Amino acid sequence: MAEFRLPANSKIREGKKWPKAEGKNVKTFKIYRWSPDSGETPQVDTYEINLDECGPMVLDALIKIKNEIDPTLTFRRSCREGICGSCAMNIGDGKKGGTNTLACTKYISDMGSDVVINPLPHMEVVKDLVPDLNKAYAQLASIEPWMKTQTPPPPDQERLQSPEERKKLDGLYECILCFSCSTSCPSYWWNGDRYLGPAVLLQAYRWIADSRDEYTGERLDNLEDPFRLYRCHTIMNCSNTCPKGLNPAKAIAEIKKLMIERQG
Amino acid sequence: MTLRTPLAQVRGLGSAKEGVHHWWLQRLSGAALVPLTLWFIFSIAGMSGADHAAFAAWAADPFNAVLLILLVAATFQHVHLGLQVVIEDYIHGGAAKLILLVGSKFGCFILATAGIFAILKVAFGG
Repeated sequence: MAEFRLPANSKIREGKKWPKAEGKNVKTFKIYRWSPDSGETPQVDTYEINLDECGPMVLDALIKIKNEIDPTLTFRRSCREGICGSCAMNIGDGKKGGTNTLACTKYISDMGSDVVINPLPHMEVVKDLVPDLNKAYAQLASIEPWMKTQTPPPPDQERLQSPEERKKLDGLYECILCFSCSTSCPSYWWNGDRYLGPAVLLQAYRWIADSRDEYTGERLDNLEDPFRLYRCHTIMNCSNTCPKGLNPAKAIAEIKKLMIERQG
Repeated sequence: MTLRTPLAQVRGLGSAKEGVHHWWLQRLSGAALVPLTLWFIFSIAGMSGADHAAFAAWAADPFNAVLLILLVAATFQHVHLGLQVVIEDYIHGGAAKLILLVGSKFGCFILATAGIFAILKVAFGG
Protein backbone atom coordinates (compact mmCIF):
# COMPACT_ATOMS: atom_id res chain seq x y z
CA MET A 1 0.00 0.00 0.00
CA ALA A 2 1.23 3.45 -0.86
CA GLU A 3 2.21 5.41 2.23
CA PHE A 4 0.66 8.82 2.59
CA ARG A 5 2.13 9.60 5.99
CA LEU A 6 5.75 9.65 7.01
CA PRO A 7 6.81 6.58 8.99
CA ALA A 8 7.36 7.30 12.71
CA ASN A 9 11.15 7.29 12.37
CA SER A 10 10.96 9.85 9.53
CA LYS A 11 8.86 12.48 11.33
CA ILE A 12 10.78 15.72 11.12
CA ARG A 13 11.29 17.86 14.21
CA GLU A 14 12.73 21.29 14.71
CA GLY A 15 16.49 21.17 15.12
CA LYS A 16 19.33 23.33 16.26
CA LYS A 17 19.39 27.09 15.73
CA TRP A 18 22.97 27.96 14.82
CA PRO A 19 24.48 31.36 15.83
CA LYS A 20 23.05 34.43 14.12
CA ALA A 21 25.03 36.04 11.32
CA GLU A 22 26.10 39.64 11.35
CA GLY A 23 25.62 42.09 8.49
CA LYS A 24 22.79 43.73 6.59
CA ASN A 25 22.20 41.07 3.97
CA VAL A 26 21.41 38.02 6.09
CA LYS A 27 19.56 34.98 4.73
CA THR A 28 18.16 32.09 6.75
CA PHE A 29 18.68 28.50 5.58
CA LYS A 30 16.56 25.66 6.97
CA ILE A 31 18.27 22.38 6.19
CA TYR A 32 17.21 18.76 6.71
CA ARG A 33 19.57 16.88 9.01
CA TRP A 34 19.67 13.20 9.80
CA SER A 35 22.49 10.95 10.84
CA PRO A 36 22.26 7.15 10.94
CA ASP A 37 24.44 7.15 14.06
CA SER A 38 22.34 9.45 16.23
CA GLY A 39 19.35 7.15 16.64
CA GLU A 40 17.10 10.21 16.46
CA THR A 41 14.44 11.27 13.99
CA PRO A 42 15.35 13.85 11.32
CA GLN A 43 15.50 17.51 12.26
CA VAL A 44 15.61 20.84 10.45
CA ASP A 45 18.54 23.01 11.48
CA THR A 46 18.48 26.79 11.02
CA TYR A 47 21.57 28.59 9.76
CA GLU A 48 22.12 32.26 9.01
CA ILE A 49 24.50 33.55 6.36
CA ASN A 50 25.68 37.02 5.43
CA LEU A 51 25.09 36.98 1.67
CA ASP A 52 27.62 39.80 1.17
CA GLU A 53 30.31 37.25 2.03
CA CYS A 54 28.85 34.37 0.02
CA GLY A 55 28.60 33.34 -3.65
CA PRO A 56 25.24 33.65 -5.41
CA MET A 57 24.26 29.95 -5.59
CA VAL A 58 22.66 27.69 -3.01
CA LEU A 59 25.72 25.41 -3.25
CA ASP A 60 27.94 28.37 -2.32
CA ALA A 61 25.88 28.79 0.84
CA LEU A 62 26.06 25.08 1.67
CA ILE A 63 29.85 25.09 1.27
CA LYS A 64 30.08 28.24 3.39
CA ILE A 65 28.01 26.60 6.13
CA LYS A 66 30.19 23.47 6.03
CA ASN A 67 33.42 25.51 6.06
CA GLU A 68 32.52 28.14 8.62
CA ILE A 69 29.55 27.07 10.74
CA ASP A 70 28.94 23.33 10.86
CA PRO A 71 31.46 20.88 9.37
CA THR A 72 29.11 17.93 10.01
CA LEU A 73 26.63 19.09 7.35
CA THR A 74 26.78 16.42 4.63
CA PHE A 75 25.94 16.80 0.94
CA ARG A 76 27.27 15.67 -2.43
CA ARG A 77 28.91 18.15 -4.76
CA SER A 78 31.61 18.11 -7.36
CA CYS A 79 31.68 20.29 -10.47
CA ARG A 80 29.70 23.29 -9.13
CA GLU A 81 28.57 24.12 -12.70
CA GLY A 82 25.58 21.89 -13.42
CA ILE A 83 27.31 19.11 -15.30
CA CYS A 84 28.02 16.37 -12.75
CA GLY A 85 24.54 16.07 -11.23
CA SER A 86 25.89 15.42 -7.72
CA CYS A 87 24.23 18.25 -5.82
CA ALA A 88 20.61 17.47 -6.78
CA MET A 89 18.33 18.25 -3.84
CA ASN A 90 14.94 19.74 -3.06
CA ILE A 91 15.23 23.51 -2.70
CA GLY A 92 12.50 26.03 -2.09
CA ASP A 93 11.37 28.89 0.07
CA GLY A 94 9.15 28.38 3.06
CA LYS A 95 6.04 29.52 1.20
CA LYS A 96 5.89 27.70 -2.12
CA GLY A 97 7.51 24.40 -1.23
CA GLY A 98 10.57 23.00 -2.87
CA THR A 99 11.59 21.85 -6.31
CA ASN A 100 14.14 19.19 -7.14
CA THR A 101 17.08 20.97 -8.71
CA LEU A 102 20.84 21.41 -8.63
CA ALA A 103 22.16 23.49 -5.73
CA CYS A 104 24.99 24.76 -7.94
CA THR A 105 22.73 26.32 -10.57
CA LYS A 106 19.99 27.59 -8.24
CA TYR A 107 20.28 31.25 -7.26
CA ILE A 108 19.78 32.07 -3.58
CA SER A 109 18.01 35.24 -4.76
CA ASP A 110 15.28 33.08 -6.40
CA MET A 111 13.95 32.38 -2.93
CA GLY A 112 11.78 35.16 -1.54
CA SER A 113 11.97 34.16 2.09
CA ASP A 114 14.01 31.53 3.95
CA VAL A 115 15.77 28.88 1.88
CA VAL A 116 14.46 25.41 2.73
CA ILE A 117 16.63 22.47 1.64
CA ASN A 118 15.68 18.80 1.78
CA PRO A 119 17.19 15.66 0.22
CA LEU A 120 15.61 14.32 -2.99
CA PRO A 121 12.10 13.13 -2.02
CA HIS A 122 11.12 9.56 -1.25
CA MET A 123 14.60 8.10 -1.41
CA GLU A 124 16.29 6.49 1.55
CA VAL A 125 18.63 8.95 3.18
CA VAL A 126 22.26 8.01 3.77
CA LYS A 127 22.95 11.17 5.76
CA ASP A 128 21.60 14.75 5.71
CA LEU A 129 21.19 15.73 2.02
CA VAL A 130 22.70 12.52 0.61
CA PRO A 131 20.08 10.12 -0.80
CA ASP A 132 20.74 6.45 -1.53
CA LEU A 133 20.77 6.19 -5.34
CA ASN A 134 21.92 2.55 -5.61
CA LYS A 135 18.58 1.34 -6.90
CA ALA A 136 18.35 4.16 -9.44
CA TYR A 137 21.84 3.32 -10.72
CA ALA A 138 20.88 -0.36 -10.97
CA GLN A 139 17.81 0.66 -12.98
CA LEU A 140 20.08 2.60 -15.30
CA ALA A 141 22.35 -0.44 -15.69
CA SER A 142 19.30 -2.60 -16.46
CA ILE A 143 18.57 -0.68 -19.68
CA GLU A 144 22.18 -1.19 -20.83
CA PRO A 145 23.05 2.44 -21.60
CA TRP A 146 25.75 1.75 -24.16
CA MET A 147 25.81 1.15 -27.90
CA LYS A 148 24.99 -2.44 -28.83
CA THR A 149 25.74 -3.64 -32.34
CA GLN A 150 26.22 -6.83 -34.30
CA THR A 151 27.95 -5.20 -37.26
CA PRO A 152 31.61 -4.63 -36.45
CA PRO A 153 32.76 -1.01 -36.67
CA PRO A 154 34.36 0.08 -39.96
CA PRO A 155 38.08 -0.70 -39.73
CA ASP A 156 39.28 2.78 -40.62
CA GLN A 157 36.72 5.14 -39.16
CA GLU A 158 34.05 5.58 -36.51
CA ARG A 159 30.42 4.51 -36.98
CA LEU A 160 28.83 7.22 -39.09
CA GLN A 161 25.62 9.08 -38.41
CA SER A 162 23.93 11.66 -40.65
CA PRO A 163 23.37 15.14 -39.22
CA GLU A 164 19.61 14.42 -39.12
CA GLU A 165 20.19 11.18 -37.20
CA ARG A 166 22.50 12.95 -34.78
CA LYS A 167 19.89 15.67 -34.26
CA LYS A 168 17.52 13.09 -32.78
CA LEU A 169 19.80 12.79 -29.76
CA ASP A 170 19.52 16.48 -28.92
CA GLY A 171 17.54 16.92 -25.73
CA LEU A 172 18.56 13.40 -24.67
CA TYR A 173 22.35 13.30 -24.47
CA GLU A 174 22.43 16.35 -22.17
CA CYS A 175 20.95 14.41 -19.24
CA ILE A 176 23.41 14.37 -16.34
CA LEU A 177 21.58 11.71 -14.32
CA CYS A 178 20.92 13.86 -11.26
CA PHE A 179 17.60 11.98 -10.73
CA SER A 180 15.73 15.21 -9.93
CA CYS A 181 13.01 14.04 -12.33
CA SER A 182 12.58 10.48 -11.08
CA THR A 183 12.39 11.62 -7.46
CA SER A 184 9.76 14.24 -8.36
CA CYS A 185 7.47 11.62 -9.91
CA PRO A 186 4.63 10.31 -7.68
CA SER A 187 4.45 7.18 -9.77
CA TYR A 188 8.14 6.57 -9.03
CA TRP A 189 7.48 7.26 -5.33
CA TRP A 190 4.75 4.62 -5.14
CA ASN A 191 6.23 2.04 -7.52
CA GLY A 192 9.92 2.86 -7.79
CA ASP A 193 10.81 -0.78 -7.23
CA ARG A 194 9.35 -1.73 -10.62
CA TYR A 195 8.76 1.52 -12.54
CA LEU A 196 12.02 2.67 -14.12
CA GLY A 197 11.26 6.37 -13.68
CA PRO A 198 11.73 9.30 -16.09
CA ALA A 199 15.53 9.61 -15.82
CA VAL A 200 16.16 5.99 -16.78
CA LEU A 201 13.43 5.96 -19.46
CA LEU A 202 14.97 9.09 -21.04
CA GLN A 203 18.30 7.25 -21.10
CA ALA A 204 16.58 4.19 -22.58
CA TYR A 205 15.12 6.35 -25.34
CA ARG A 206 18.51 7.97 -25.92
CA TRP A 207 19.77 4.53 -27.07
CA ILE A 208 16.54 3.59 -28.84
CA ALA A 209 16.78 6.82 -30.84
CA ASP A 210 20.47 6.32 -31.69
CA SER A 211 20.72 5.41 -35.38
CA ARG A 212 23.94 3.47 -34.79
CA ASP A 213 22.41 1.07 -32.26
CA GLU A 214 21.25 -2.28 -33.65
CA TYR A 215 19.25 -3.59 -30.69
CA THR A 216 16.25 -1.22 -30.79
CA GLY A 217 13.74 -4.08 -30.77
CA GLU A 218 15.35 -5.82 -27.81
CA ARG A 219 15.45 -2.52 -25.96
CA LEU A 220 11.71 -2.05 -26.56
CA ASP A 221 11.07 -5.68 -25.50
CA ASN A 222 12.85 -4.99 -22.23
CA LEU A 223 10.67 -1.92 -21.56
CA GLU A 224 7.33 -3.41 -22.62
CA ASP A 225 5.91 -3.97 -19.18
CA PRO A 226 2.94 -2.59 -17.22
CA PHE A 227 5.34 -1.32 -14.55
CA ARG A 228 8.70 -0.59 -16.19
CA LEU A 229 7.22 1.79 -18.79
CA TYR A 230 3.47 2.08 -18.38
CA ARG A 231 3.46 3.36 -14.78
CA CYS A 232 4.09 6.74 -16.43
CA HIS A 233 0.74 8.51 -16.16
CA THR A 234 1.98 11.73 -17.82
CA ILE A 235 2.00 13.66 -14.56
CA MET A 236 4.79 15.82 -16.09
CA ASN A 237 6.58 16.68 -12.84
CA CYS A 238 9.72 15.32 -14.51
CA SER A 239 9.71 17.90 -17.29
CA ASN A 240 8.75 20.69 -14.88
CA THR A 241 11.62 20.01 -12.53
CA CYS A 242 14.51 19.10 -14.87
CA PRO A 243 17.35 21.52 -14.01
CA LYS A 244 18.78 21.03 -17.52
CA GLY A 245 15.49 21.98 -19.20
CA LEU A 246 15.04 18.53 -20.77
CA ASN A 247 11.72 16.80 -21.40
CA PRO A 248 11.69 13.23 -20.05
CA ALA A 249 7.89 13.07 -20.46
CA LYS A 250 8.32 13.53 -24.22
CA ALA A 251 10.97 10.81 -24.37
CA ILE A 252 8.57 8.44 -22.59
CA ALA A 253 5.78 9.39 -25.00
CA GLU A 254 8.11 8.61 -27.93
CA ILE A 255 8.79 5.15 -26.48
CA LYS A 256 5.04 4.56 -26.14
CA LYS A 257 4.56 5.65 -29.76
CA LEU A 258 7.19 3.17 -30.94
CA MET A 259 5.46 0.42 -28.93
CA ILE A 260 2.27 1.11 -30.91
CA GLU A 261 4.15 1.49 -34.19
CA ARG A 262 5.66 -1.98 -34.04
CA GLN A 263 2.27 -3.58 -33.34
CA GLY A 264 1.23 -3.23 -36.97
CA MET B 1 16.47 -7.94 4.51
CA THR B 2 17.85 -9.14 1.22
CA LEU B 3 21.39 -9.68 0.03
CA ARG B 4 20.40 -9.71 -3.64
CA THR B 5 22.27 -7.11 -5.65
CA PRO B 6 20.33 -3.98 -6.66
CA LEU B 7 20.57 -5.07 -10.31
CA ALA B 8 19.05 -8.46 -9.53
CA GLN B 9 16.21 -6.75 -7.69
CA VAL B 10 15.60 -4.31 -10.53
CA ARG B 11 15.64 -7.01 -13.22
CA GLY B 12 13.27 -9.02 -11.03
CA LEU B 13 11.07 -11.39 -12.97
CA GLY B 14 11.87 -9.68 -16.28
CA SER B 15 9.69 -7.73 -18.63
CA ALA B 16 6.07 -8.86 -18.95
CA LYS B 17 6.23 -8.07 -22.72
CA GLU B 18 2.74 -6.69 -22.23
CA GLY B 19 1.06 -3.38 -21.52
CA VAL B 20 0.75 -1.86 -25.00
CA HIS B 21 -2.68 -3.39 -25.52
CA HIS B 22 -3.95 -2.12 -22.18
CA TRP B 23 -2.58 1.38 -22.84
CA TRP B 24 -4.00 1.54 -26.37
CA LEU B 25 -7.42 0.20 -25.36
CA GLN B 26 -7.65 2.77 -22.58
CA ARG B 27 -6.96 5.56 -25.10
CA LEU B 28 -9.38 4.10 -27.66
CA SER B 29 -12.21 3.69 -25.16
CA GLY B 30 -11.51 7.20 -23.88
CA ALA B 31 -11.66 8.62 -27.40
CA ALA B 32 -14.89 6.72 -28.13
CA LEU B 33 -16.46 8.04 -24.94
CA VAL B 34 -16.07 11.70 -25.96
CA PRO B 35 -18.71 11.66 -28.76
CA LEU B 36 -20.82 8.98 -27.05
CA THR B 37 -21.05 10.91 -23.77
CA LEU B 38 -21.77 14.20 -25.55
CA TRP B 39 -24.50 12.51 -27.61
CA PHE B 40 -26.00 10.96 -24.46
CA ILE B 41 -25.98 14.21 -22.47
CA PHE B 42 -27.54 16.27 -25.28
CA SER B 43 -30.11 13.60 -26.05
CA ILE B 44 -31.22 13.34 -22.42
CA ALA B 45 -31.22 17.12 -21.98
CA GLY B 46 -33.35 17.45 -25.10
CA MET B 47 -35.94 15.13 -23.59
CA SER B 48 -36.36 16.91 -20.26
CA GLY B 49 -39.95 16.69 -19.10
CA ALA B 50 -40.74 13.68 -21.25
CA ASP B 51 -42.64 10.77 -19.64
CA HIS B 52 -41.60 7.12 -19.27
CA ALA B 53 -43.25 6.04 -22.50
CA ALA B 54 -41.38 8.70 -24.47
CA PHE B 55 -38.08 7.61 -22.96
CA ALA B 56 -38.79 3.95 -23.68
CA ALA B 57 -39.69 4.78 -27.27
CA TRP B 58 -36.47 6.81 -27.61
CA ALA B 59 -34.36 3.97 -26.24
CA ALA B 60 -36.12 1.43 -28.47
CA ASP B 61 -35.14 3.33 -31.60
CA PRO B 62 -32.43 1.15 -33.26
CA PHE B 63 -30.01 4.04 -33.69
CA ASN B 64 -30.33 5.11 -30.05
CA ALA B 65 -30.23 1.52 -28.73
CA VAL B 66 -26.99 0.76 -30.60
CA LEU B 67 -25.34 3.95 -29.34
CA LEU B 68 -26.54 3.25 -25.78
CA ILE B 69 -25.02 -0.24 -25.89
CA LEU B 70 -21.75 1.21 -27.22
CA LEU B 71 -21.82 3.83 -24.47
CA VAL B 72 -22.28 1.21 -21.73
CA ALA B 73 -19.62 -1.08 -23.23
CA ALA B 74 -17.05 1.70 -23.68
CA THR B 75 -17.74 3.15 -20.23
CA PHE B 76 -17.20 -0.12 -18.38
CA GLN B 77 -14.22 -1.08 -20.52
CA HIS B 78 -12.65 2.28 -19.65
CA VAL B 79 -13.59 2.03 -15.96
CA HIS B 80 -12.19 -1.48 -15.77
CA LEU B 81 -8.84 -0.48 -17.31
CA GLY B 82 -8.61 2.65 -15.18
CA LEU B 83 -9.46 0.86 -11.93
CA GLN B 84 -6.83 -1.77 -12.68
CA VAL B 85 -4.17 0.93 -12.98
CA VAL B 86 -5.28 2.67 -9.78
CA ILE B 87 -5.23 -0.62 -7.85
CA GLU B 88 -1.80 -1.55 -9.21
CA ASP B 89 -0.53 1.93 -8.34
CA TYR B 90 -1.60 1.97 -4.73
CA ILE B 91 -2.11 -1.60 -3.52
CA HIS B 92 1.16 -3.50 -3.37
CA GLY B 93 1.01 -7.27 -3.45
CA GLY B 94 -0.84 -9.64 -1.19
CA ALA B 95 -4.43 -10.82 -1.12
CA ALA B 96 -5.93 -7.31 -1.12
CA LYS B 97 -4.51 -6.57 -4.57
CA LEU B 98 -5.76 -9.84 -6.04
CA ILE B 99 -9.22 -9.50 -4.50
CA LEU B 100 -9.60 -5.91 -5.72
CA LEU B 101 -8.33 -6.68 -9.22
CA VAL B 102 -10.62 -9.69 -9.64
CA GLY B 103 -13.52 -7.90 -7.94
CA SER B 104 -13.23 -4.84 -10.17
CA LYS B 105 -13.10 -7.01 -13.30
CA PHE B 106 -16.13 -9.06 -12.28
CA GLY B 107 -17.98 -5.94 -11.11
CA CYS B 108 -17.43 -4.07 -14.38
CA PHE B 109 -18.37 -7.12 -16.44
CA ILE B 110 -21.57 -7.72 -14.45
CA LEU B 111 -22.62 -4.07 -14.61
CA ALA B 112 -21.90 -3.84 -18.34
CA THR B 113 -23.86 -7.02 -19.04
CA ALA B 114 -26.78 -5.84 -16.91
CA GLY B 115 -26.80 -2.46 -18.63
CA ILE B 116 -26.74 -3.95 -22.12
CA PHE B 117 -29.43 -6.48 -21.19
CA ALA B 118 -31.65 -3.65 -19.92
CA ILE B 119 -31.23 -1.71 -23.17
CA LEU B 120 -32.03 -4.81 -25.26
CA LYS B 121 -35.07 -5.52 -23.10
CA VAL B 122 -36.41 -2.01 -23.70
CA ALA B 123 -35.45 -2.10 -27.38
CA PHE B 124 -37.20 -5.39 -28.03
CA GLY B 125 -40.29 -4.36 -26.09
CA GLY B 126 -39.77 -6.33 -22.87
